[in-house]
Amino acid sequence: MKAFSYERVSDPAQAAARAAEVPGAKFIAGGTNLLDLMKHEIEIPEHLIDVSGTGLDDITPTNEGGLRIGALVSNAALSADARVRKDYAVLSRALVSGASGQLRNKATTGGNLLQRTRCPYFYDTGMPCNKRSPGAGCAALGDGATSRQLGVIGTSDTCIATHPSDMAVALRVLDAEVETVTSSGETRRLTLDEFYQLPGDTPEVENALQVGEMITAVLLPPPVEGHHAYYKVRDRASYAFALVSVALIQASDGTGRVALGGVAPKPWRRDEADAVLSQGASAVMARLLDGARPTQENAFKLTLAERTLAALLAQE
Amino acid sequence: MNSSNNVERHPKTVNPNSSTFSLSVNGERHTLTLDNRTTLLDALREHLQLTGSKKGCDHGQCGACTVLVNGVRINACLSLAVMHEGDDIATIEGVGEADHLDPMQQAFVDHDAFQCGYCTPGQICSAKAVLEEIQAGLPSHVTYDLNTPIELNDAEIRERMSGNLCRCGAYANILKAINQVAEARS
Ligand SMILES: Cc1cc2nc3c(=O)[nH]c(=O)nc-3n(C[C@H](O)[C@H](O)[C@H](O)COP(=O)(O)OP(=O)(O)OC[C@H]3O[C@@H](n4cnc5c(N)ncnc54)[C@H](O)[C@@H]3O)c2cc1C
Ligand code: SF4
Ligand code: FES
Ligand code: FES
Repeated sequence: MKAFSYERVSDPAQAAARAAEVPGAKFIAGGTNLLDLMKHEIEIPEHLIDVSGTGLDDITPTNEGGLRIGALVSNAALSADARVRKDYAVLSRALVSGASGQLRNKATTGGNLLQRTRCPYFYDTGMPCNKRSPGAGCAALGDGATSRQLGVIGTSDTCIATHPSDMAVALRVLDAEVETVTSSGETRRLTLDEFYQLPGDTPEVENALQVGEMITAVLLPPPVEGHHAYYKVRDRASYAFALVSVALIQASDGTGRVALGGVAPKPWRRDEADAVLSQGASAVMARLLDGARPTQENAFKLTLAERTLAALLAQE
Repeated sequence: MNSSNNVERHPKTVNPNSSTFSLSVNGERHTLTLDNRTTLLDALREHLQLTGSKKGCDHGQCGACTVLVNGVRINACLSLAVMHEGDDIATIEGVGEADHLDPMQQAFVDHDAFQCGYCTPGQICSAKAVLEEIQAGLPSHVTYDLNTPIELNDAEIRERMSGNLCRCGAYANILKAINQVAEARS
């Protein structure tokens, strides 16, 4: 790990201003992703701004009838909140399917949204990676590369990595928004679709945050009626990232919404796919995965996604 | 905001790359001046000579470094020591003594729940926290109904202990040991 200076801030706007002002600064919350990457020298911040004391650790009702989740609320606390368990069960389910008990105690809502990809070549600093070093090339697209875990849709010729968060897939199906404070002290609200960026020619740009901008909260709209489910398929029963995951909310008349994890650089959802949910899994996937560009190794994800949704619908 | 509270908790910067801060470990208060890069695990092992917590992977993947911070289990390898200003840390050294074992330690002995023992301090700290988490109603991936009290069964214990790997494969006996303590408590 490279040396860095450290400061603790108590106010989000002050944190954002400092992050824009100090060269090479980064926020640290739970540290469970950032420190891992700093040990590998994939992230090399010169200055860490500890935001864990900014007081953003409450879940409060909003005027619209939803919930405001502070950016520092831990994944464990969020999954256990009685209101979330009752009215936003898909979120609780997605959270407890991720990482381990120890990690969920430390991981925060803001940090979870911003965790970086688990592409094996992003982690292997001996291999070329456009996300790590723009322009270097992409080892995952080379002959004989291991691409089994990587993306099948929304990817580009420069990067086929996925976003690994389970929580974000549930937030996408719930139409959650990200609230931020910019370095000049303004508040912004972004839908998850606006927040996450596709790789295109710039896979190093993963989200719409400006320099210094800090996530202050995630806003949940009023509860969405229906059966909430999150089904995560992985190589072992626990403590592993998703190969494919499906977040589903289905009303009693069969209509509803679907988002996928493990297949794309962002939680994957399309209105035209939601519109045909009552017609079953193959109708949904024909629209949700239209335009997919899998590799030979990960083409199985297309079938797996359809079967996972079919399994969930059969449980109804 | 709550700045008065935080000024007090703010560690003093000694030089740009190191800080002085205080934390309490197993009830004893320590003031340390360390390089900012020092993880909580390295602070415990290298600077406080508390080598019970183990370093298996240093990347959050094995659980050998599990300690309790303010009663909550975390991986000490993925946390900076400087971020624990004012915290109460409990390590395996604070769990029972050689002639007066904690019930969880006794259960691990009774059920032969280890071979090499390297993962054991983390397993025991984690297991103690798991029983508290179930009692507090924290749901897990195998919790069937999110809105009723959690049933304590093998599936719940296995899932909740999945963050603690054991290279020797003592899992079956670890499960028996945890069950023994859970039954005694109920
Ligand atoms: C072994 C292992 C297994 C895992 N398995 C899973 C899994 O199955 N599913 C899953 O979803 N996740 C998994 N994770 C990832 C875990 O969920 C993330 O590490 C965690 O959510 C990150 O949160 P944090 O608070 O620790 O972030 P940090 O490490 O503190 O920060 C992550 C990033 O977010 C930035 N940041 C943090 N807070 C803010 C803020 N408020 N505003 C702006 N920027 C901010 C930081 O600068 C940094 O770039 C796993 C992690 C490990 C180590
Ligand atoms: S897929 Fe993306 S993250 Fe993986 S090696 Fe290629 S550029 Fe890097
Ligand atoms: S040493 Fe911390 S999880 Fe392995
Ligand atoms: S007893 Fe050897 S690693 Fe668990």
